[in-house]
Parts: sequence; C-alpha cells; structure tokens
Amino acid sequence: MTVTTSRQPTQMNRYRLQAFLGRFAVHAVLTVVGLTCLIPLILVVSISLSDELRLAKEGYQLLPVGFTTFAYEYILQQPGQILRSYAVTAFVTAFGTIAGLLVCSLLAWPLARKDFRLRGPLSFYVFFTLLFNGGMVPFYILVTRYLGLKDNIFVLILPYMVTAWYVLIIRTSFAQLPTELLDAARIDGAGEWRVFFQIVVPLSKPVLATIGLFFVLRYWNDWFLALLFIDDSSMYPLQYLLYVLMANINFMAANPQTTGMPIPTLSARMAMAVLAFGPALFSFLLLQKYFVRGITIGGLKG
Amino acid sequence: MINEKQLDSQASSASDPQQSKEPASTTEPFLYRLFGNQREFKTNLSLLSMSLPGIVLLFVFAYLPMIGIIIAFKDYRFNLGILGSEWVGFQNFRFLFGTDAAFRITRNTLLMNLLFISTITVCALAVAILMNEAYRSRMSKYYQTMLFFPYFISWVIVSYFVFAFLNGQTGLINQWVDALELDRIAWYRSPEYWPVILTLANLWNGIGFSSIIYLAGILGISPELFEAAKIDGAGKLQQIRFITLPMLYPMIIILTLLAIGRIFHADFGLFFFLPRDNPLLYSTTDVIDTFVYRSLVELGEISMAAAAGFYQSFVGFLLVVGANWVVRRFNEDYALY
Repeated sequence: MTVTTSRQPTQMNRYRLQAFLGRFAVHAVLTVVGLTCLIPLILVVSISLSDELRLAKEGYQLLPVGFTTFAYEYILQQPGQILRSYAVTAFVTAFGTIAGLLVCSLLAWPLARKDFRLRGPLSFYVFFTLLFNGGMVPFYILVTRYLGLKDNIFVLILPYMVTAWYVLIIRTSFAQLPTELLDAARIDGAGEWRVFFQIVVPLSKPVLATIGLFFVLRYWNDWFLALLFIDDSSMYPLQYLLYVLMANINFMAANPQTTGMPIPTLSARMAMAVLAFGPALFSFLLLQKYFVRGITIGGLKG
Repeated sequence: MINEKQLDSQASSASDPQQSKEPASTTEPFLYRLFGNQREFKTNLSLLSMSLPGIVLLFVFAYLPMIGIIIAFKDYRFNLGILGSEWVGFQNFRFLFGTDAAFRITRNTLLMNLLFISTITVCALAVAILMNEAYRSRMSKYYQTMLFFPYFISWVIVSYFVFAFLNGQTGLINQWVDALELDRIAWYRSPEYWPVILTLANLWNGIGFSSIIYLAGILGISPELFEAAKIDGAGKLQQIRFITLPMLYPMIIILTLLAIGRIFHADFGLFFFLPRDNPLLYSTTDVIDTFVYRSLVELGEISMAAAAGFYQSFVGFLLVVGANWVVRRFNEDYALY
C-alpha cells in the first residue's frame, strides 16, 4: 500500500512535466519561427527610421540608428507621384473587384444550374483556361497591337476580371443553395435576373466576400500588367512605382521640384516601401480569417 | 434558325415566342425543340445572357492568346500581324535550342521548383503539426499572423527586403560578416548563393498559405483516432507518426502531384525582382518566364520568346494533364477534373 501511494504522485508529476516540456517546445519553436518571419519587416521599418549619414557609415541595422522620421517627411513634402500611384491602385482595385465579382458570379450561376443546357460545354470552356494558356508573347501582342490598350488604365483591370478558379469556387457555393427558395421566387413570377440579384447574391454573401478579398489582394499587389503595358508614369500603380524606384534610384531625384535638397536615398527608399505596403498589410491582417477560410475552401475542394 | 423554321411552317404567328403561349408541336421553332418548351427556352436564354460578359472576357484574354500561340511557327513581323506573318516551321525552335539558354532555363526552372516544392511541403507540414498542438492556446492566432503576413506582400516589396539584407555596402548580412571579421560577400555578383536565397524567400512567402491547408487537413482527422491511441498509451510523437502523417498522406501526395503539374511555370516575380534582373546571376536565376519576358520586351527577339513560350505552354499542358491522370488513379475526389 505505502509503495503504490508514494509512487503515483511521482508518476503524475513526470507525466505533467513531460506534457509541460512538450508544450513549451511547441511554443518555443513557433515563436522563433514566427519572429524570424518578422525580421525582414523590422529591418525595413528600422532603415526607414534611421539617420541617413549614419546609415551610410554604419550600414543597415535591425534597430534604427539615430531615430528620425526625416525620410517620411521628405517623401510627404512632395507626395505627387506616390499619391498619384495610390489613386491609380485604389481605382484599379475598387473597379476591378466589383466588376470582377459581378462577371464571375454571373458566369458561375448558370454553371451551378442543372437545368442549363449549355452547362457542360460552358464548364469546360471555363475550366480549360486552367490547363492551358497561350503565354506571355501572344498576350502581349494581342493587347498592344490588336486591342490597342497600351497605356490605358483598363489594361490593368480587364485581364484579371474572369479567373477560372474564382468562378469554380463561387459555382460550388451557388450549387449548395436551397432550391425551394428559388422555386418559390419563380412561382411568384420573378425572372432569372431578379432571382439572381435578389436571392442568390444576398444568400451567398460569405463566398462573395471571400472571393472579393482575393480580388482586392490580386489587384492591389499587381505589377505584372503595368510592367508589360504601362509606360506613362501618371498611370503607374503602386507596386510598379516601387519597382521603378528600385531599378532606378534617381527616379525620385529626377523630379525637378525636389532638386536642391539632400536626398536621403538609403532611408527614403525603404520609407517608400513602408508607405506602399503598410496600410494595405494592416487591412489585410484585420481580414485575415476570411482569407484563411478562402484558402481552406480553395485548397481542399479545388 | 427561327426565321427559317417560321418560313417553313404554315402558322408562322403561332411560333413567335412573344405572342404564342402554347406552341403546337408541329410549329415549334428549332430552338424550342432544343430547349423543351417556351419557359425552359426563356430560362436558358436568360442564363446564357448572364454568362455572356464572362464568356467574352475569357475569349479575348484566354482563348485569343491560345490561338496566337501559332506565332511560334511564324517569322513575326509587326506590320504583318500574327496571321499575316510567314510560316517558318520549326525554325524558331532550332534557333532556341541551338543556344545555351534553352538548357539553362529548363534546368533552373525544374530544379528551383523542385527545391520549392520539397522545402514548402516539409516545413509547412512541420508548422501545421506544431500549430495543431498549439491550436487551443491564445497564442495560436499570433503565430498564424506572423507566418501568414508574407502572403500579402508582393515580390516587388520582397525585393526591397532582400536588398536590405544583401546589398554589398550597407546590407545587414555584410554588417554581421564584418562583426565576425570575415570577408564580405558580393551577393549580387555571386550566382552560387541564389538558389538558397530564392528558396528561403519562397519559403518565407509561402509557408503560411501551405501550412493553413495542412492544418485544415489535420483538424479534419477524427478526434476519436487520437483518443483511442492515447488510451493505448501512445505519446504525442507516436500519434503524429502513426495517425497524423498517415492520415495526411493522400493530401500530401495530391498537392505535390498538382505542384509537379505546374513545375514548368516559374513564379515570374520572384525570379525577376529579387535578383534585380542582373546578368551576373542568370546562370542560376534565369528561368523560362524571365527569359521569355526579357526576349520579348527588353531584347525584342520575338521569335525566341515565342518559341520558349510555346515550349513552356506545351510541356506545361502535358504535365498538368499527366499529373491529373495520376491523381485520378489515386483518388478521383482530388482530381482537378
């Protein structure tokens, strides 16, 4: 009796200790990996808040050297180009997301309908674009020579408006809507368009919101279309402006209004990057759980 | 079609969809016969008109370039256009495969993608398993945010991050190298380091996304399995080894196969912005996509670009179809089609 009673607590303790160590290890590894992911972000923010002369002498450090917001003041004194690019990106994102959602869901609804006679061929028509594409060369020639869309703001919008993945995800969700409700509306004399806008869309808010977010992310972060088709700097979207700044650090200095001032190139470049991704990153992180839901749907069912 | 039918039929007024409420079977227009009755016809017409904008956009931006791919077999002249230019057979391909570039870009595309697939799969699985262990903790939300935020950052911005680490004069890594009193490394002039740099950047960018998919897979495993194992005395490691991983195998295999189906397509932004289009680094960083872009836009060698683009589209298509065929044999539910 005495032996067993004295043994049990130690066994319990050992079990608890193991569980505790295990949990500690899990959290330790995740913390280290997570913080490692944060390092690039910290580095760039630190550089943007550093003193230009000390940066040139001491190099980039993980913490700001000689804390100053001069780089931001410098950029915001002449905000012409960055404001312009923000406006372009905002317009492209807003217009593209709304139009894209509309077109994709209008395409997805007939594909979800069993009584649509062309469902099979049309599904294949949409799906095939996932398997095969013409590539960059015919696309480039088509847009520049045949459509004449070079340096046109809509070239930043139209090519991404219908994305087969999004259509298929929306279709899957539409197909799960209760048919009783739709039938009832039809008996009351509602036409197909009315059923779509007054019943299907309101009932599908979750999936439309998720796909809408993916549209926002895609348009906001796009540089590819501008790289191919935009030469006019008044139509540079934000990401492309940053590429131009990286490729040619003198782009900012070439602006005649800024001559005569010492240009904080090292810190200003990073400050520019922070101004470009900061607000967007913050908003995306607030909406993170909707992205996670979208990835889970797309990754598992796709 | 309707008009012809109307002319043929005696009672043309009865077949007019606007006026007739119940068309007789003999006078039904062709489209009615195809779509059953008038109501079905109207429904189908509405549905077709809804899908029309999407059909047109896909036709212009996806199908026209597919037709335009014939440019790879032509000697493209801007003034003649794609259809007007002269056919030259396989001349562009002989030209492309006669250069060293063809081998280099194929090798780089395949090897880098293999590196990406293997690192992402292993690390995302590990992270997903850890996240699952920490799932009920208050901290899990913060871990997920820290791992997931790179997904929202474009490759252009990532190129700023990489530049902050690697630039020769002021970059952080070379400050550390100085502190250790070693010789500085000219990262942007040393192609041998770039497979590692790009792999790390890709891992940083993609691990949040992939680990979310695997975590969803783990959360989908029936908890009874784990409870039964616990009762039988299995520790955490044994549960992972004998339950979590085996239950995830189908998912791992399928995601890997689908990734292999896309192995001929490189992530253009990653390979274009991070090495800053630097010719000194082409030996390890030039992939099919960057080669096509450079030939097309910077060098104006359209024949070369078209041949490389066709090569990518064609082999890529075979790989996707092949990978999907394998997935179908494995498990039909997971196949792309």
